[in-house]
Amino acid sequence: MQQIINFILRYKNFLLYLFLMLLCIGFTIQSHSYHQSHFFNSSSWISGNIYETSSGITSYFGLKKENKKLVEENKRLRLLLLNTKNVDSVALDSTQMAYTITTGKVIKNSYSGHRNYITINRGLRDSVKPDMGVITPQGLLGIVENVSEKYATVQSILNEKSSINAKLKHTNHFGSLKWDAKAYNLVQLVDIPRLVPLTVGDTIVTGGMSSIFPENIPIGVIQKFDLDNSKSFWRIQVALFNDMTNLKNVYVVRNLERQEILELQEETETND
Amino acid sequence: MISNHYIINIIRFVLLVLVQVLVFNKLNFLGFINPMVYILFLYWYPVKQHRASFIGLSFLLGLSVDFFSDTMAINAAATITIAYLRPTIMHFVFGINYEFQNFKIQNTTQVQQFAFLALLILVHHLVFFALEIFSFANFLLILKKAFSTSLATLVLCILFSSLFSVKKE
Repeated sequence: MQQIINFILRYKNFLLYLFLMLLCIGFTIQSHSYHQSHFFNSSSWISGNIYETSSGITSYFGLKKENKKLVEENKRLRLLLLNTKNVDSVALDSTQMAYTITTGKVIKNSYSGHRNYITINRGLRDSVKPDMGVITPQGLLGIVENVSEKYATVQSILNEKSSINAKLKHTNHFGSLKWDAKAYNLVQLVDIPRLVPLTVGDTIVTGGMSSIFPENIPIGVIQKFDLDNSKSFWRIQVALFNDMTNLKNVYVVRNLERQEILELQEETETND
Repeated sequence: MISNHYIINIIRFVLLVLVQVLVFNKLNFLGFINPMVYILFLYWYPVKQHRASFIGLSFLLGLSVDFFSDTMAINAAATITIAYLRPTIMHFVFGINYEFQNFKIQNTTQVQQFAFLALLILVHHLVFFALEIFSFANFLLILKKAFSTSLATLVLCILFSSLFSVKKE
Protein backbone atom coordinates (compact mmCIF):
# COMPACT_ATOMS: atom_id res chain seq x y z
CA MET A 1 0.00 0.00 0.00
CA GLN A 2 2.78 2.34 1.04
CA GLN A 3 4.54 1.66 -2.23
CA ILE A 4 1.48 2.35 -4.30
CA ILE A 5 1.01 5.70 -2.57
CA ASN A 6 4.67 6.50 -3.05
CA PHE A 7 4.38 5.60 -6.70
CA ILE A 8 1.36 7.84 -7.16
CA LEU A 9 3.05 10.71 -5.33
CA ARG A 10 6.21 10.40 -7.35
CA TYR A 11 4.49 10.26 -10.72
CA LYS A 12 1.55 12.51 -9.90
CA ASN A 13 2.37 14.98 -12.67
CA PHE A 14 2.72 12.24 -15.22
CA LEU A 15 -0.51 10.62 -14.06
CA LEU A 16 -2.31 13.96 -14.25
CA TYR A 17 -0.98 14.45 -17.75
CA LEU A 18 -2.01 10.95 -18.76
CA PHE A 19 -5.49 11.41 -17.33
CA LEU A 20 -6.07 14.73 -19.09
CA MET A 21 -4.62 13.38 -22.35
CA LEU A 22 -6.95 10.38 -22.29
CA LEU A 23 -9.83 12.73 -21.60
CA CYS A 24 -8.91 14.87 -24.62
CA ILE A 25 -8.42 11.89 -26.91
CA GLY A 26 -11.69 10.42 -25.68
CA PHE A 27 -13.58 13.58 -26.64
CA THR A 28 -11.84 13.71 -29.99
CA ILE A 29 -12.46 10.09 -30.95
CA GLN A 30 -16.06 10.30 -29.86
CA SER A 31 -16.53 13.14 -32.34
CA HIS A 32 -14.96 11.08 -35.12
CA SER A 33 -17.53 8.38 -34.80
CA TYR A 34 -20.66 10.35 -34.12
CA HIS A 35 -21.99 13.86 -33.82
CA GLN A 36 -19.82 16.62 -32.51
CA SER A 37 -19.78 16.72 -28.73
CA HIS A 38 -22.69 18.50 -27.18
CA PHE A 39 -20.54 20.26 -24.61
CA PHE A 40 -17.72 21.73 -26.65
CA ASN A 41 -19.11 23.66 -29.52
CA SER A 42 -19.31 27.28 -30.41
CA SER A 43 -23.10 27.44 -30.33
CA SER A 44 -23.00 27.81 -26.55
CA TRP A 45 -24.13 30.98 -24.87
CA ILE A 46 -20.75 32.52 -24.06
CA SER A 47 -18.90 31.84 -27.30
CA GLY A 48 -22.00 32.62 -29.32
CA ASN A 49 -22.30 36.04 -27.74
CA ILE A 50 -18.62 36.83 -28.23
CA TYR A 51 -18.75 35.79 -31.89
CA GLU A 52 -21.96 37.75 -32.41
CA THR A 53 -20.37 40.93 -31.02
CA SER A 54 -17.25 40.45 -33.12
CA SER A 55 -19.24 39.75 -36.29
CA GLY A 56 -21.44 42.77 -35.56
CA ILE A 57 -18.33 44.92 -35.84
CA THR A 58 -16.66 43.25 -38.81
CA SER A 59 -19.79 42.68 -40.90
CA TYR A 60 -19.87 46.34 -41.93
CA PHE A 61 -16.77 45.89 -44.04
CA GLY A 62 -18.46 43.44 -46.41
CA LEU A 63 -21.83 45.12 -46.74
CA LYS A 64 -21.40 46.25 -50.33
CA LYS A 65 -20.40 42.83 -51.60
CA GLU A 66 -23.12 41.15 -49.58
CA ASN A 67 -25.78 43.48 -50.96
CA LYS A 68 -24.65 42.72 -54.49
CA LYS A 69 -24.98 38.98 -53.83
CA LEU A 70 -28.51 39.39 -52.49
CA VAL A 71 -29.56 41.65 -55.38
CA GLU A 72 -28.28 39.08 -57.84
CA GLU A 73 -30.30 36.40 -56.13
CA ASN A 74 -33.37 38.63 -56.18
CA LYS A 75 -32.85 39.20 -59.88
CA ARG A 76 -32.69 35.47 -60.52
CA LEU A 77 -35.84 34.81 -58.51
CA ARG A 78 -37.64 37.76 -60.08
CA LEU A 79 -36.79 36.39 -63.53
CA LEU A 80 -38.18 33.01 -62.56
CA LEU A 81 -41.38 34.57 -61.28
CA LEU A 82 -41.96 36.75 -64.34
CA ASN A 83 -41.44 33.87 -66.71
CA THR A 84 -43.78 31.51 -64.92
CA LYS A 85 -47.12 31.50 -66.69
CA ASN A 86 -50.37 31.47 -64.68
CA VAL A 87 -49.20 31.57 -61.12
CA ASP A 88 -51.49 29.08 -59.48
CA SER A 89 -53.16 30.09 -56.24
CA VAL A 90 -52.95 26.48 -55.03
CA ALA A 91 -49.15 26.65 -55.27
CA LEU A 92 -49.13 29.58 -52.86
CA ASP A 93 -51.36 27.91 -50.29
CA SER A 94 -49.33 27.82 -47.07
CA THR A 95 -50.98 24.60 -45.87
CA GLN A 96 -49.46 22.76 -48.82
CA MET A 97 -45.91 23.98 -48.38
CA ALA A 98 -43.23 21.32 -48.08
CA TYR A 99 -40.44 23.60 -46.88
CA THR A 100 -40.15 26.65 -44.66
CA ILE A 101 -37.19 29.00 -44.57
CA THR A 102 -35.55 30.96 -41.74
CA THR A 103 -32.95 33.59 -42.52
CA GLY A 104 -29.78 33.85 -40.47
CA LYS A 105 -26.29 35.30 -40.37
CA VAL A 106 -22.96 33.54 -40.14
CA ILE A 107 -21.14 34.71 -37.01
CA LYS A 108 -18.19 32.32 -37.20
CA ASN A 109 -16.77 30.65 -40.27
CA SER A 110 -13.90 28.21 -40.69
CA TYR A 111 -12.54 26.40 -43.74
CA SER A 112 -8.90 25.60 -43.05
CA GLY A 113 -9.29 22.56 -40.82
CA HIS A 114 -10.42 19.04 -41.63
CA ARG A 115 -13.74 19.22 -39.82
CA ASN A 116 -15.08 22.69 -40.33
CA TYR A 117 -18.07 24.10 -38.52
CA ILE A 118 -19.93 27.35 -39.06
CA THR A 119 -21.87 29.13 -36.32
CA ILE A 120 -25.06 31.04 -37.17
CA ASN A 121 -27.13 33.38 -35.04
CA ARG A 122 -30.32 31.33 -35.12
CA GLY A 123 -31.23 28.72 -32.52
CA LEU A 124 -34.02 26.93 -30.71
CA ARG A 125 -36.06 30.08 -30.21
CA ASP A 126 -36.17 30.54 -33.99
CA SER A 127 -37.23 26.87 -34.21
CA VAL A 128 -33.95 25.79 -35.78
CA LYS A 129 -33.32 22.12 -34.97
CA PRO A 130 -30.53 19.62 -35.71
CA ASP A 131 -30.52 18.07 -39.20
CA MET A 132 -32.00 21.03 -41.00
CA GLY A 133 -30.34 22.13 -44.23
CA VAL A 134 -28.50 25.43 -44.58
CA ILE A 135 -28.06 27.16 -47.94
CA THR A 136 -26.72 30.53 -49.09
CA PRO A 137 -27.91 32.78 -51.95
CA GLN A 138 -25.45 30.95 -54.21
CA GLY A 139 -25.79 27.36 -53.14
CA LEU A 140 -25.41 24.59 -50.62
CA LEU A 141 -23.68 25.22 -47.29
CA GLY A 142 -24.25 22.40 -44.79
CA ILE A 143 -26.43 20.76 -42.17
CA VAL A 144 -27.31 22.03 -38.66
CA GLU A 145 -25.60 19.90 -36.05
CA ASN A 146 -26.02 21.44 -32.60
CA VAL A 147 -28.38 24.13 -31.41
CA SER A 148 -28.54 26.26 -28.30
CA GLU A 149 -31.18 28.81 -27.37
CA LYS A 150 -29.87 31.55 -29.68
CA TYR A 151 -27.21 29.92 -31.86
CA ALA A 152 -26.55 26.86 -33.98
CA THR A 153 -23.44 25.16 -35.36
CA VAL A 154 -23.57 23.98 -38.94
CA GLN A 155 -21.51 21.10 -40.28
CA SER A 156 -20.07 22.67 -43.41
CA ILE A 157 -19.78 20.69 -46.67
CA LEU A 158 -16.07 21.30 -46.05
CA ASN A 159 -16.07 18.61 -43.38
CA GLU A 160 -14.68 15.10 -43.72
CA LYS A 161 -17.77 13.70 -42.01
CA SER A 162 -20.15 15.37 -44.41
CA SER A 163 -21.92 13.24 -47.01
CA ILE A 164 -24.77 14.78 -49.00
CA ASN A 165 -26.88 13.35 -51.78
CA ALA A 166 -26.20 15.19 -55.06
CA LYS A 167 -26.92 14.65 -58.73
CA LEU A 168 -25.99 15.78 -62.21
CA LYS A 169 -28.46 18.40 -63.28
CA HIS A 170 -29.06 17.20 -66.84
CA THR A 171 -28.98 13.40 -66.42
CA ASN A 172 -30.32 12.98 -62.86
CA HIS A 173 -27.64 10.41 -61.96
CA PHE A 174 -26.96 10.73 -58.25
CA GLY A 175 -23.98 10.14 -55.98
CA SER A 176 -22.67 11.40 -52.66
CA LEU A 177 -20.86 14.63 -52.11
CA LYS A 178 -17.77 14.35 -49.88
CA TRP A 179 -14.72 16.42 -49.08
CA ASP A 180 -11.09 15.27 -49.10
CA ALA A 181 -9.85 18.27 -47.09
CA LYS A 182 -7.42 19.38 -49.80
CA ALA A 183 -8.88 22.65 -51.12
CA TYR A 184 -11.64 24.85 -49.78
CA ASN A 185 -13.20 25.48 -53.20
CA LEU A 186 -13.35 21.83 -54.35
CA VAL A 187 -15.59 19.02 -53.15
CA GLN A 188 -15.82 15.50 -54.55
CA LEU A 189 -18.82 13.72 -56.02
CA VAL A 190 -18.41 9.93 -55.86
CA ASP A 191 -20.47 6.86 -56.85
CA ILE A 192 -21.53 8.10 -60.28
CA PRO A 193 -21.36 5.02 -62.59
CA ARG A 194 -18.83 4.97 -65.38
CA LEU A 195 -21.43 4.78 -68.15
CA VAL A 196 -22.69 8.29 -67.39
CA PRO A 197 -21.36 10.76 -69.96
CA LEU A 198 -19.71 13.77 -68.29
CA THR A 199 -18.33 17.06 -69.52
CA VAL A 200 -16.33 19.66 -67.69
CA GLY A 201 -18.67 22.48 -66.70
CA ASP A 202 -21.75 20.32 -66.01
CA THR A 203 -23.81 21.62 -63.09
CA ILE A 204 -24.17 19.59 -59.90
CA VAL A 205 -27.28 20.13 -57.74
CA THR A 206 -28.71 18.47 -54.65
CA GLY A 207 -30.63 15.26 -55.27
CA GLY A 208 -34.11 14.41 -54.15
CA MET A 209 -33.00 11.45 -52.05
CA SER A 210 -32.29 13.48 -48.97
CA SER A 211 -34.99 14.42 -46.51
CA ILE A 212 -32.97 17.49 -45.53
CA PHE A 213 -32.50 19.54 -48.70
CA PRO A 214 -35.02 20.31 -51.41
CA GLU A 215 -34.09 19.07 -54.87
CA ASN A 216 -32.12 21.23 -57.31
CA ILE A 217 -30.25 23.49 -54.90
CA PRO A 218 -27.13 24.50 -56.88
CA ILE A 219 -23.79 23.16 -55.61
CA GLY A 220 -21.14 23.72 -58.25
CA VAL A 221 -19.75 22.74 -61.65
CA ILE A 222 -17.52 19.85 -62.70
CA GLN A 223 -13.93 20.96 -62.82
CA LYS A 224 -12.36 17.63 -63.75
CA PHE A 225 -13.12 13.95 -63.39
CA ASP A 226 -11.35 10.58 -63.45
CA LEU A 227 -12.07 6.95 -62.56
CA ASP A 228 -11.71 5.76 -58.97
CA ASN A 229 -9.73 2.69 -57.86
CA SER A 230 -12.42 0.19 -58.81
CA LYS A 231 -12.49 1.63 -62.37
CA SER A 232 -16.27 1.49 -62.43
CA PHE A 233 -17.21 4.80 -60.84
CA TRP A 234 -16.29 8.39 -61.59
CA ARG A 235 -14.52 10.56 -59.08
CA ILE A 236 -15.59 14.10 -59.88
CA GLN A 237 -14.00 17.31 -58.64
CA VAL A 238 -16.73 19.90 -58.16
CA ALA A 239 -15.87 23.62 -58.03
CA LEU A 240 -18.30 25.22 -55.58
CA PHE A 241 -20.54 28.15 -56.51
CA ASN A 242 -20.23 29.39 -52.94
CA ASP A 243 -17.19 31.34 -51.90
CA MET A 244 -16.68 29.46 -48.64
CA THR A 245 -14.28 32.09 -47.36
CA ASN A 246 -16.89 34.82 -47.54
CA LEU A 247 -20.26 33.87 -46.08
CA LYS A 248 -22.79 36.16 -44.48
CA ASN A 249 -26.49 35.62 -45.12
CA VAL A 250 -27.82 32.07 -44.98
CA TYR A 251 -31.20 30.36 -45.17
CA VAL A 252 -32.10 27.50 -42.87
CA VAL A 253 -34.41 25.13 -44.72
CA ARG A 254 -36.87 23.00 -42.82
CA ASN A 255 -38.52 20.07 -44.53
CA LEU A 256 -42.02 19.81 -43.06
CA GLU A 257 -42.41 16.27 -44.35
CA ARG A 258 -39.13 14.98 -42.97
CA GLN A 259 -40.69 13.38 -39.91
CA GLU A 260 -43.18 11.51 -42.04
CA ILE A 261 -40.49 10.33 -44.47
CA LEU A 262 -38.25 9.10 -41.66
CA GLU A 263 -41.09 7.26 -39.94
CA LEU A 264 -42.09 5.56 -43.17
CA GLN A 265 -38.51 4.51 -43.90
CA GLU A 266 -38.08 3.13 -40.41
CA GLU A 267 -41.31 1.20 -40.65
CA THR A 268 -40.23 -0.32 -43.97
CA GLU A 269 -36.88 -1.31 -42.55
CA THR A 270 -38.35 -3.01 -39.48
CA ASN A 271 -40.82 -4.91 -41.64
CA ASP A 272 -38.00 -6.44 -43.68
CA MET B 1 3.18 40.62 -4.94
CA ILE B 2 1.59 37.20 -5.14
CA SER B 3 -1.86 38.56 -5.99
CA ASN B 4 -0.21 40.73 -8.63
CA HIS B 5 1.19 37.63 -10.27
CA TYR B 6 -2.21 35.95 -10.27
CA ILE B 7 -3.94 38.94 -11.79
CA ILE B 8 -1.37 39.26 -14.56
CA ASN B 9 -1.76 35.62 -15.47
CA ILE B 10 -5.55 35.78 -15.50
CA ILE B 11 -5.52 38.85 -17.74
CA ARG B 12 -3.00 37.17 -20.02
CA PHE B 13 -5.14 34.05 -20.20
CA VAL B 14 -8.30 35.92 -21.20
CA LEU B 15 -6.58 38.26 -23.65
CA LEU B 16 -4.64 35.49 -25.38
CA VAL B 17 -7.77 33.36 -25.82
CA LEU B 18 -9.69 36.34 -27.25
CA VAL B 19 -6.87 37.38 -29.57
CA GLN B 20 -6.46 33.79 -30.73
CA VAL B 21 -10.13 33.24 -31.37
CA LEU B 22 -11.15 36.59 -32.80
CA VAL B 23 -8.06 37.45 -34.82
CA PHE B 24 -5.69 34.59 -35.51
CA ASN B 25 -8.24 31.84 -36.11
CA LYS B 26 -9.62 33.92 -38.95
CA LEU B 27 -6.29 34.67 -40.57
CA ASN B 28 -6.17 31.67 -42.95
CA PHE B 29 -2.92 32.87 -44.49
CA LEU B 30 -2.32 30.95 -47.78
CA GLY B 31 -5.61 29.20 -47.12
CA PHE B 32 -4.62 27.10 -44.15
CA ILE B 33 -2.11 28.83 -41.83
CA ASN B 34 -3.68 29.95 -38.56
CA PRO B 35 -0.92 30.87 -36.11
CA MET B 36 -1.57 29.79 -32.52
CA VAL B 37 -0.26 32.63 -30.44
CA TYR B 38 -1.89 31.46 -27.22
CA ILE B 39 1.17 29.25 -26.70
CA LEU B 40 2.86 32.42 -25.42
CA PHE B 41 1.01 31.86 -22.16
CA LEU B 42 3.15 28.79 -21.52
CA TYR B 43 6.27 30.67 -22.56
CA TRP B 44 5.57 33.56 -20.19
CA TYR B 45 4.34 31.48 -17.26
CA PRO B 46 6.70 31.68 -14.25
CA VAL B 47 9.30 28.91 -14.11
CA LYS B 48 9.21 27.82 -10.49
CA GLN B 49 5.55 27.14 -9.98
CA HIS B 50 3.55 24.19 -8.87
CA ARG B 51 3.70 21.83 -11.82
CA ALA B 52 0.32 20.16 -11.47
CA SER B 53 -1.52 23.47 -11.40
CA PHE B 54 0.43 24.54 -14.47
CA ILE B 55 -0.76 21.47 -16.38
CA GLY B 56 -4.31 22.06 -15.15
CA LEU B 57 -4.20 25.68 -16.28
CA SER B 58 -2.86 24.70 -19.70
CA PHE B 59 -5.69 22.22 -20.02
CA LEU B 60 -8.18 25.01 -19.34
CA LEU B 61 -6.41 27.28 -21.83
CA GLY B 62 -6.48 24.69 -24.59
CA LEU B 63 -10.07 23.81 -23.82
CA SER B 64 -11.24 27.41 -23.98
CA VAL B 65 -9.67 27.78 -27.42
CA ASP B 66 -11.29 24.49 -28.48
CA PHE B 67 -14.57 25.71 -27.16
CA PHE B 68 -14.56 28.56 -29.65
CA SER B 69 -13.09 26.83 -32.67
CA ASP B 70 -15.15 23.60 -32.70
CA THR B 71 -12.03 21.46 -32.62
CA MET B 72 -13.14 19.09 -29.84
CA ALA B 73 -10.24 18.79 -27.40
CA ILE B 74 -7.33 18.88 -29.83
CA ASN B 75 -5.91 22.21 -28.66
CA ALA B 76 -6.18 21.03 -25.06
CA ALA B 77 -4.30 17.80 -25.82
CA ALA B 78 -1.49 19.64 -27.59
CA THR B 79 -1.25 22.28 -24.86
CA ILE B 80 -1.03 19.86 -21.92
CA THR B 81 1.65 17.96 -23.82
CA ILE B 82 3.93 20.98 -23.97
CA ALA B 83 2.97 21.94 -20.42
CA TYR B 84 4.11 18.52 -19.26
CA LEU B 85 7.26 18.59 -21.38
CA ARG B 86 8.21 22.19 -20.52
CA PRO B 87 10.68 21.34 -17.74
CA THR B 88 12.38 18.80 -20.01
CA ILE B 89 12.62 21.30 -22.86
CA MET B 90 13.94 23.97 -20.49
CA HIS B 91 16.51 21.58 -19.15
CA PHE B 92 17.57 20.77 -22.68
CA VAL B 93 17.79 24.40 -23.80
CA PHE B 94 19.12 26.21 -20.71
CA GLY B 95 21.27 23.39 -19.38
CA ILE B 96 22.65 23.72 -15.87
CA ASN B 97 21.42 27.32 -15.43
CA TYR B 98 17.90 26.02 -15.10
CA GLU B 99 18.82 24.26 -11.83
CA PHE B 100 19.60 27.54 -10.04
CA GLN B 101 17.15 28.93 -7.59
CA ASN B 102 17.02 32.44 -9.06
CA PHE B 103 16.78 31.35 -12.68
CA LYS B 104 14.82 33.71 -14.90
CA ILE B 105 14.10 33.45 -18.61
CA GLN B 106 14.92 37.13 -19.08
CA ASN B 107 18.49 36.50 -17.92
CA THR B 108 19.26 33.97 -20.62
CA THR B 109 20.60 34.70 -24.08
CA GLN B 110 18.36 35.55 -27.01
CA VAL B 111 19.32 32.38 -28.85
CA GLN B 112 18.26 30.26 -25.88
CA GLN B 113 14.93 32.03 -25.58
CA PHE B 114 14.37 31.59 -29.28
CA ALA B 115 15.19 27.88 -29.15
CA PHE B 116 12.92 27.37 -26.14
CA LEU B 117 9.99 29.07 -27.88
CA ALA B 118 10.62 27.24 -31.15
CA LEU B 119 10.66 23.84 -29.44
CA LEU B 120 7.46 24.55 -27.54
CA ILE B 121 5.71 25.59 -30.75
CA LEU B 122 7.02 22.68 -32.81
CA VAL B 123 5.96 20.01 -30.31
CA HIS B 124 2.56 21.65 -29.88
CA HIS B 125 1.90 21.83 -33.61
CA LEU B 126 3.03 18.27 -34.28
CA VAL B 127 0.63 16.94 -31.65
CA PHE B 128 -2.12 19.25 -32.82
CA PHE B 129 -2.03 18.34 -36.50
CA ALA B 130 -1.42 14.64 -35.80
CA LEU B 131 -4.64 14.61 -33.79
CA GLU B 132 -6.54 16.82 -36.19
CA ILE B 133 -5.76 14.78 -39.29
CA PHE B 134 -5.67 11.52 -37.34
CA SER B 135 -4.24 9.19 -39.93
CA PHE B 136 -0.72 8.06 -40.66
CA ALA B 137 -1.53 7.80 -44.35
CA ASN B 138 -1.32 11.59 -44.42
CA PHE B 139 2.00 11.76 -42.60
CA LEU B 140 3.50 14.21 -45.09
CA LEU B 141 0.47 16.46 -44.84
CA ILE B 142 0.84 16.50 -41.04
CA LEU B 143 4.50 17.51 -41.36
CA LYS B 144 3.76 20.14 -43.97
CA LYS B 145 0.99 21.75 -41.96
CA ALA B 146 2.91 21.52 -38.68
CA PHE B 147 6.08 23.11 -40.06
CA SER B 148 4.46 25.89 -42.04
CA THR B 149 2.13 26.85 -39.21
CA SER B 150 4.99 26.62 -36.69
CA LEU B 151 6.97 29.11 -38.72
CA ALA B 152 4.09 31.59 -38.79
CA THR B 153 3.40 31.09 -35.07
CA LEU B 154 7.08 31.54 -34.24
CA VAL B 155 7.36 34.82 -36.13
CA LEU B 156 4.24 36.22 -34.48
CA CYS B 157 5.21 34.98 -31.01
CA ILE B 158 8.63 36.64 -31.30
CA LEU B 159 6.95 39.88 -32.35
CA PHE B 160 4.53 39.69 -29.45
CA SER B 161 7.11 38.74 -26.87
CA SER B 162 9.41 41.60 -27.88
CA LEU B 163 6.47 43.97 -27.92
CA PHE B 164 5.33 43.05 -24.42
CA SER B 165 8.70 42.11 -23.00
CA VAL B 166 9.24 42.16 -19.25
CA LYS B 167 11.83 44.80 -18.40
CA LYS B 168 15.15 43.63 -17.08
CA GLU B 169 15.91 44.77 -13.58
